[in-house]
Amino acid sequence: MSAKVIADALAGTCLISGALLSLAAGVGLLRFPDLLSRMHSATKPQVLGLLLILTGAALRLQNTIDITTLVLVGLFQLVTAPVSAHMIGRAVYRAGQVRRDLLVVDELADDTRDHGPEHA
Amino acid sequence: MIIVAVTVTVLLSAAVALVLARLVRGPTALDRIVAVDVLLAIVVCAIAAEAAYTRDATSLPILVGLSVLGFIGSVSVARFAPRGRR
Repeated sequence: MSAKVIADALAGTCLISGALLSLAAGVGLLRFPDLLSRMHSATKPQVLGLLLILTGAALRLQNTIDITTLVLVGLFQLVTAPVSAHMIGRAVYRAGQVRRDLLVVDELADDTRDHGPEHA
Repeated sequence: MIIVAVTVTVLLSAAVALVLARLVRGPTALDRIVAVDVLLAIVVCAIAAEAAYTRDATSLPILVGLSVLGFIGSVSVARFAPRGRR
């Protein structure tokens, strides 16, 4: 077993696991009952799935410039995904599209009761 | 490697079909922007997988542009989403 074969096997495993995570997100997006739980499944290909596939691509390309681009894409995704998820989650809460019966705890409701609705 | 390529293609195509079903069904703009976000992440995955399969880095700069596009799109839609109860 040469190093190249091992790298290819690792890359294949990474690619298939990333694709499986994307499929899991698709199933969750279609079947989960409300928007907040759908956002939970939506993060799977955005972070872990993408990072796995980028790792697989880096193992296959094995070139400093290409790997730098891949790291850049991964870093950018890691920085932006939480920000956009936060914005969408807050918009969902403000639009009143949260299913209260599925929530375990709602600290934002306590805050808005104590400090006024503009804190939502 | 051809087995990996076929498997990844099938899995990603199935994922895209499911996400498109949610995109069509809605029912609100916020549901759709979450679906579009996931769709874009899957497209980025597919382009990276294609680069991995062919060992050709030509399409890698597209990934940087696509991730910027997804961020700006979802943030602006969330910013201007209608407030108040449905």
